[in-house]
Amino acid sequence: MGYPHKPHPRETPVISKHFGDPEARSLAGWKARGGYRALEQALAMPPAAVIDVVKNSGLRGRGGAGFPTGLKWSFMKQDDGKPHYLCCNADESEPGTFKDREIMRWTPHALVEGCAIGAYAIGAQRTYIYIRGEFTEPIRAMEAAVAEAYAAGLIGGNAMGTGKQVDIHVHKGAGAYICGEETALMNSIEGRRGNPRVKPPFPAVSGLFAQPTTINNVETLTAVPHILNNGAEWYKAMSLSNPKSTGTKLFSACGNIAKPGNYEVVMGFPFRDFLYDLCGGPLPGRKFKAVIPGGSSVPIQTMAEAEATLMDYEGFVAQGSMLGSGGAIVLDDAQSMPRMIARLTRFYAHESCAQCTQCREGTAWTTKILDRIVAGHGTFEDLDTLLSIADNMTGKTICVLSDSCATPVVSGIQKFRDEFEALIAGRRSSTVAMGGHAVARAGASA
Amino acid sequence: MTAPGGHQLVNLTIEGRPVSVPAGTSILEAAKTAGVLIPHYCYHPGLPVAGSCRMCLVHVEKSPKLMPSCATAVAEGQVVQVHEPRADEARKGVLEMLLINHPLDCPICDKSGECELQDFTYQEGPAHSRLRDPKRFNAAEDFGGDVLYVANRCILCTRCVRFMESVHQDAVLNVSERGDRAVIGRTEGGDLARPWAGNVVDVCPVGALLSKDFLNKARVWELDRAASICTGCSQGCNIMIETRDTSVVRLKPRPNPDVNAFFMCDHGRLDYRWMNRQDRCAAPATGAGESDWDSAVTAAADALEGRRAHIVASASLDNEVFWLLGRVAKKTGGTVAFAVPTGPEAPLPGARDLALRADRVANATGAGLLGAARKDDPFAGVGPGDALVIADLDPAGVPVSALEAAGAVVWLGTVHPGSLSKLNAALPVANVAECEGTLTNLRGRVQRHLQARPAPGMARPAWSALADILMALGEEAGYQTAEEAFAAMAAAVPAFTGMTYATIGLRGAVVASSAEGAP
Repeated sequence: MGYPHKPHPRETPVISKHFGDPEARSLAGWKARGGYRALEQALAMPPAAVIDVVKNSGLRGRGGAGFPTGLKWSFMKQDDGKPHYLCCNADESEPGTFKDREIMRWTPHALVEGCAIGAYAIGAQRTYIYIRGEFTEPIRAMEAAVAEAYAAGLIGGNAMGTGKQVDIHVHKGAGAYICGEETALMNSIEGRRGNPRVKPPFPAVSGLFAQPTTINNVETLTAVPHILNNGAEWYKAMSLSNPKSTGTKLFSACGNIAKPGNYEVVMGFPFRDFLYDLCGGPLPGRKFKAVIPGGSSVPIQTMAEAEATLMDYEGFVAQGSMLGSGGAIVLDDAQSMPRMIARLTRFYAHESCAQCTQCREGTAWTTKILDRIVAGHGTFEDLDTLLSIADNMTGKTICVLSDSCATPVVSGIQKFRDEFEALIAGRRSSTVAMGGHAVARAGASA
Repeated sequence: MTAPGGHQLVNLTIEGRPVSVPAGTSILEAAKTAGVLIPHYCYHPGLPVAGSCRMCLVHVEKSPKLMPSCATAVAEGQVVQVHEPRADEARKGVLEMLLINHPLDCPICDKSGECELQDFTYQEGPAHSRLRDPKRFNAAEDFGGDVLYVANRCILCTRCVRFMESVHQDAVLNVSERGDRAVIGRTEGGDLARPWAGNVVDVCPVGALLSKDFLNKARVWELDRAASICTGCSQGCNIMIETRDTSVVRLKPRPNPDVNAFFMCDHGRLDYRWMNRQDRCAAPATGAGESDWDSAVTAAADALEGRRAHIVASASLDNEVFWLLGRVAKKTGGTVAFAVPTGPEAPLPGARDLALRADRVANATGAGLLGAARKDDPFAGVGPGDALVIADLDPAGVPVSALEAAGAVVWLGTVHPGSLSKLNAALPVANVAECEGTLTNLRGRVQRHLQARPAPGMARPAWSALADILMALGEEAGYQTAEEAFAAMAAAVPAFTGMTYATIGLRGAVVASSAEGAP
C-alpha cells in the first residue's frame, strides 16, 4: 500500500510531508528526517515553557472541538503529587475521517515524539495511545515505533538520558464509535464499558483512573514537534483567513469525488479550490450536491455554502457547518439525501451507548422514520416529528453523539426538504430517489 | 453559616423558594428540602449518581444548557427553575422517548399504581404518542432469586446494575448491547439468587423488575400499609407490612439511615406467610377446654400461685412483653429464658453496619436488657415446684420431659397448643403484625412496630394478657395500650429512661449505654 497521491502544488505538507515514504517509518529513517530533535529540545526546557510555545502557536485540537491545545495543557496542575496521564485519541471513528490513520501508518515516530513532548509538558509519567481496533496496520506501525523508541532510550524511565520518565502504551480499542469520546475512551482503557462520563469533573481534574488527564488527538500531538522545531511564530503565520485558526490541517475527502484522499492545507484555504482543484472535482458527468465537511457529525452544507467556505474553524461555522475532524464527505447529484441521512442515523443508532434516554431511543426512532420515508411510506407529519425529535436530542445528553445524529437530520431537512417531500408525495421517478446507490457504485469502480 | 456537621451552607433559590443546604448537595436533593420533587429515574439516594436518564433536567440561571439536577452541585446564589418552558419541554421529550418502546401495559403490570413512569407521565408527560412504527420487543426473563425481568418495560436507568455493583458488590447485572437494543443482562452464570438481590425490585422505578413472590397477587392501590420491624434477625430492618384485606401480601423496606438505609434482605422479605397462618389459637382455654378470657386468666394466675414461674419465651417478642414476663418471674421468684436460633451472617457490603445477622430473632438485646437469660436449652431444670410459662413458641419445640416435670403449664401463643400433655391455661396472643410494640435491635435501637392486621378471634396482644395475669396476682398493671405499658417500663428500667412512643417515633432511639437490665 503506497500513499495514493503526490502532494498537490497547493498543499503545504508539514505533517504529511513523509507520507508514502517507507523509510520514514523506522527510527533511523525518522531521525534522518529530523526526528526527535524537538523532544530533545523540549526535555531541556521547563514544562511551562513548552506549554507557552504551544499556546503561542495558536494550535487548536484537531479531533473536532478545536479547543486551544496549550490552554488545555495548562489546566494540568504541576506538582500536585498525583500521577498525570496523557491519552492520545487515535480512535478516529468519525465516519469520513482517515487522516490519523495515515499519520500512524507513515510517520508513527512523529506521534511517539508528539506524545513524549505532550506528556513531559503536562507532567504525565504515562501515555496511552488508544487506537481504533480496526486499524490493524497503524497499530502494528505504532507498536513497532514505540518498541524502537524504548530500545533506543528515547522514552522510558530515563528518556533521552535526562532522567525523566515518559512511558507510552499502545492500547487497542474494540470497535465502538463512542470510544472516541474522551471520557468513554478513558473508561475503555480502564476496562469498563465505553460509556461517556458525566462532566464535571473534567479530565484535567479526574480523568483516566480518576487522575488528572489530558487527551489530545493524533494530529494535534503530531503537530507539536514541528512547532518546537520551527517556532510558534512560524506556525502562527500559517493562516490564510482568521488568525484564531493557525497552522496546517489534514483534510480527508471521500465520497463522490474524483481524487479522494488526505490533503494538507494551510488554515483558511478556499474549500472550493480544495474540492475542485486538489480533489479533482466531481466524477465524470456528475455535479456536486452537498458536502458534510467535518466528519459525519457536522451540519450538511449545500454547494453554495461549501464553495463560499474558507477552511478553518470560523470559516466552516460562517457557512452553516463546522470544521470538526476535517473529514469531508462529498455527495453528488446521483445521491438521495434522505437515503444518505437514514444511513447516517442508522450508524448513530447502532453506536449509541444507551445511557441517555434521548440518544438511546431518539437515534433508533429517527432511523425508523427515515427508513419509512425512504421506503415511500412517509407522511409530511413525519418531517415535523423528525425535527422535534432532533430538538429533544440536542444539547441535553451526557455527550454529543445524540446531537451528532440530530445534526444531519436537521440540516438535511432544512436544506434538502424537496427530496424528502418528493419521496413522501410518491414522486419516486428520479434517480435521486432510488437509483443513486447503483450509479454511485458504477462511478466509484470506473 | 455552618451546618451541624461542620459543612458550609450554600444558599440558593429553587422554584422561587430560598433554601440553605450543605455544600456539595445536589440540586435534586436541595429541591427536596424546599418541598420540590424534581422528576427523575436514574437517580436514587442510595446509589452512585449516573446522570443518564436526563429526566431531572432543570433550568439554572446563567447556564446556557439545562442541567441534570442529580449530578449538579448547588452553588451560592443559584437560581433554579424546575417548571420553566425549556425544562418542561425537555422532560416531556424524555418521557415521550421512554414511552415509545414501552408496552403501555399498565392494566396487567404489577408496578401500576406505584410506577414512576406512570406518575411522571400523568404529571407532565405527552398525552399522545407520535410513534407510527413497530415497537421493539424483548422477551421477559427469569433473573433467578425472586426477580423477574420484563425487558419491554425497562427504561435502562441502571439502578439495578448500580445496586448490584456498588451496594451488593456482586456485579451480576450489566447493560448488554447498545442503542435501543440495550437490555439489562446478567454475567455468564450469574443470577439474582443472592441474599440482598431482591432490593433491585424496590429500586426499579418501573415494572421491569418484579417480585415473583408478589406476581399478580394484588393491585397495589388495594393494599394497606403499616410501618413495622422485620423479625427475621436482630438487625431490625424497618419495613412496611402490606396487606390486602387482612392478608399480608408482601413486605417492603422502609428507609432508615440508622438501620437499613433503603434495603432489606430476601430472607426477611420473603418470610411473612406465618403472619397469615390459619391454624391460629383464637380462643382462650383452661385445662377444661375453651373458655372466656377471665376464666383463662384466673386459671393462669392459679397455676402460678405458689409456684416459681419458669418462663421460656420467643426472643422476637416485644420489650413490653419481656418486661411484664420479668415481673411475673420476679413476683413468683422464677426466671425468664430464651433460645436464639442462628444462621449464617450475610452482610450488605455497600451499606454501613447492615447484615442479615446470625441471630435470627428480633429482640434478644431487649430481652437481655429486661433480665431474660439467653440459654441453649431454656427448658432445662423445670421441676414440680415450677409453673412452666411458654410464650409464643412452636408447640413442637416444647420437650415432653419439661411438660411432665412442671407443676403447671401456662401457654401464651399465636398458634394452638395442640396436644400438650399438660395445660392449665392457654392464652391466644397477637403476632407482631397484629399489635403495637417495640423491639430492640442488636445495636440497642428501640423501634416501634404498628398493627398491620387484626388478631384472629379472641386473641389479644401478649402485653395485655400478661397485664391481666399480673393484676390477678395482685400487681399494679392496669395498662390500656401498649404505649402505657411502654411508659411504665421506661419509668422502671434505666435502659429505657426518658423514652416514649412519641420520642422514639418511626426512626427509633438507642438505649442508654450504661443502663443495667433487670426490672
